[in-house]
Amino acid sequence: MTTLTLAKALNEGLRAAMDADSKVLVMGEDVGKLGGVFRVTDGLQKDFGEDRVIDTPLAESGIIGTAIGLALRGYRPVCEIQFDGFVFPAADQIITQLAKMPLRSLGKLKLPVVVRIPCGGGIGAVEHHSESPETYFTHTAGLRVVACSNPVDAYTMIQDAVRCDDPVVFFEPKRRYWDKADVEFGAPGLPLDRARVAREGDDVTLVAYGPMVKTCLEAAAAAEEDGRSVGVIDLRSLNPLDMPVVRDAVNRTGRCVVVHEAPVFNGLGGEIAARVTEQCFYRLEAPVLRVGGFSTPYPPSRLEDHYLPDLDRILEAVDRVFGY
Amino acid sequence: MTAPTTPPELVQLLTPEGERVEHPDYDIDLTAEEIRSLYRDLVLVRRVDLEAVALQRQGELGLWASLLGQEAAQVGSGRAMTDADMAFPTYREHGVAWCRGVDPLHLLGLFRGVNHGGWDPIEHNFHLYTIVIGSQTLHAVGYAMGIQRDGAEAASLVYFGDGATSQGDVNEAFIWASVFNAPVVFFCQNNQWAISEPLEKQSKIPLYKRASGFGFPGIRVDGNDVFACLAVTRAALRNAREGNGPTLVEAFTYRMGAHTTSDDPTRYRVADELEAWKLKDPIERVKAYLFRNQLADQEFFDKIEAEADQLGRDLRARCLALADPQPGAMFDHVYAEPHALVDEEREQFTTYMSGFEGAQ
Ligand SMILES: Cc1ncc(C[n+]2csc(CCOP(=O)(O)OP(=O)(O)O)c2C)c(N)n1
Ligand SMILES: [Mg+2]
Repeated sequence: MTTLTLAKALNEGLRAAMDADSKVLVMGEDVGKLGGVFRVTDGLQKDFGEDRVIDTPLAESGIIGTAIGLALRGYRPVCEIQFDGFVFPAADQIITQLAKMPLRSLGKLKLPVVVRIPCGGGIGAVEHHSESPETYFTHTAGLRVVACSNPVDAYTMIQDAVRCDDPVVFFEPKRRYWDKADVEFGAPGLPLDRARVAREGDDVTLVAYGPMVKTCLEAAAAAEEDGRSVGVIDLRSLNPLDMPVVRDAVNRTGRCVVVHEAPVFNGLGGEIAARVTEQCFYRLEAPVLRVGGFSTPYPPSRLEDHYLPDLDRILEAVDRVFGY
Repeated sequence: MTAPTTPPELVQLLTPEGERVEHPDYDIDLTAEEIRSLYRDLVLVRRVDLEAVALQRQGELGLWASLLGQEAAQVGSGRAMTDADMAFPTYREHGVAWCRGVDPLHLLGLFRGVNHGGWDPIEHNFHLYTIVIGSQTLHAVGYAMGIQRDGAEAASLVYFGDGATSQGDVNEAFIWASVFNAPVVFFCQNNQWAISEPLEKQSKIPLYKRASGFGFPGIRVDGNDVFACLAVTRAALRNAREGNGPTLVEAFTYRMGAHTTSDDPTRYRVADELEAWKLKDPIERVKAYLFRNQLADQEFFDKIEAEADQLGRDLRARCLALADPQPGAMFDHVYAEPHALVDEEREQFTTYMSGFEGAQ
């Protein structure tokens, strides 16, 4: 067991993946000498060389487009997009090419490309550095989309993402990069497409992923003081969704609140609410509620605490779900 | 990895030692008053920047992108514009903002996180800062196409960095500008670095040479020479206004500070490089020139120093007094016309917030 931050856990996971398979490459802006602006790739270029850890020109479309070419040649590129708001120049390559080429080849081509994206707010950043663009990608067939929430998962999930033969969009909760936990090197984790019960609960189930898992766990702890037993599911995989885990939990509690930083409107919460309603209809005591961002661009940082779901907003929704 | 320090074919009118030199294509006739005024701009702009860095260090700003070392490139090009010209900046053009009459407080407001840029782009003909690398180059070309269709006597001037030249948008902007003969000047501040990546990660040829492949002229200018930056940009803008199409100006300069206050350049670049560029300081050479030619005396320099101190103090006080916006402000201006979803969410938010009133 070693105590690692989430950023360091990703770093160790990448290191293990590169050790295990010489075809694994890391590429992106500032990932080499600097080790990435969040230091997730720190030291990798020194240890694996400039052929395997590539400081690319400043062009996201170029990063993903050439990663596709490298994958066609048998490599397994792990691409870093520096911040969530900068993935859009690469959207064309991700959506029209990366997601669809395997199917267009009738399965003859595999594109094991990982697109790492630091996501979410809460770090007091300027515009385009705090966004939650996951839904654009969960809406695109052909991409697997995952989000880690803690160092233990980060360590195994990044390795599983690299091993996966499908393209994986890998969201990293940037405000949790410095959270620490004990990580066991070499230990396997849950399969990449599985959700995790982060906390058992009898009265209501919170469903979250990425940065909001911790916030939900804190809300659950606070609710317990009020005598409410609140469970928390960490989805981990956003496409596909691990519905059996969600269903079992909601069948037990009869109440469900979905929490994410992304806007509520057309967010993942809508999909989960619909599925929970379809699958747990006779056990539900209340409609599935959603807590998330507003239908506004991410606000300037002095207002982000009002935009981001916090304990109060989650507990208010928990209160409401008991009001039916 | 040291960047070349004496690049070939560099337009220079004032040496680092403060000697005037001639250039066959670009010359400039400045009055003593104009030179003193440029000097004042350079000093004040640097002071704004230093104050902002200090404010960030003290937790008053979330971030700051310093222009240290790039004052001449920004003041020279900024002063080359007429009021009718339109500037499209990145996030580092505080010196250009100054030249366009934008109150530096607005720049601090953005980096403090009270808004995404509080100035009126139309009033100042200075567009909002663009953080997404390269996007604004296309906007500038489109704007220039509008100028062209209006038959107006103006041009757009778009700023971007050496790193930005790799973006698809920038290359598309070159193509559009060329094909439509748009009245636009591309002003690339090659400060040798894109965060941790040196220029050779972006280009195997000098950046100004890229222009020829797109079908318009490219010029490299000493970016630390305010005279040369002014002369070259002025000529390029005039050329654009006269219907002769775009120009790429590469201002060869150096990012003396960190990329932003979040960055630690000791991880990727050597101190020698910085030392070499210190000798080419954009302000010192103007001061030397003014002194040597007895165009300014000590009293003048003291006066500018005092003005800079006052500006810094005043800016600091006004920054500290910047109020956070009302929480409900995030629902404003999302759309120009009423929008049911935003209105509904605003109302829910107001109700939710009122639940806390009187709670503490
Ligand atoms: C599309 C996009 N990708 C990545 C970034 C992150 N980023 C911010 S500044 C920067 C380097 C820019 O270098 P350059 O164009 O040389 O301008 P400079 O910062 O040196 O003024 C990067 C990669 C961004 N802002 N936008
Ligand atoms: Mg640069």
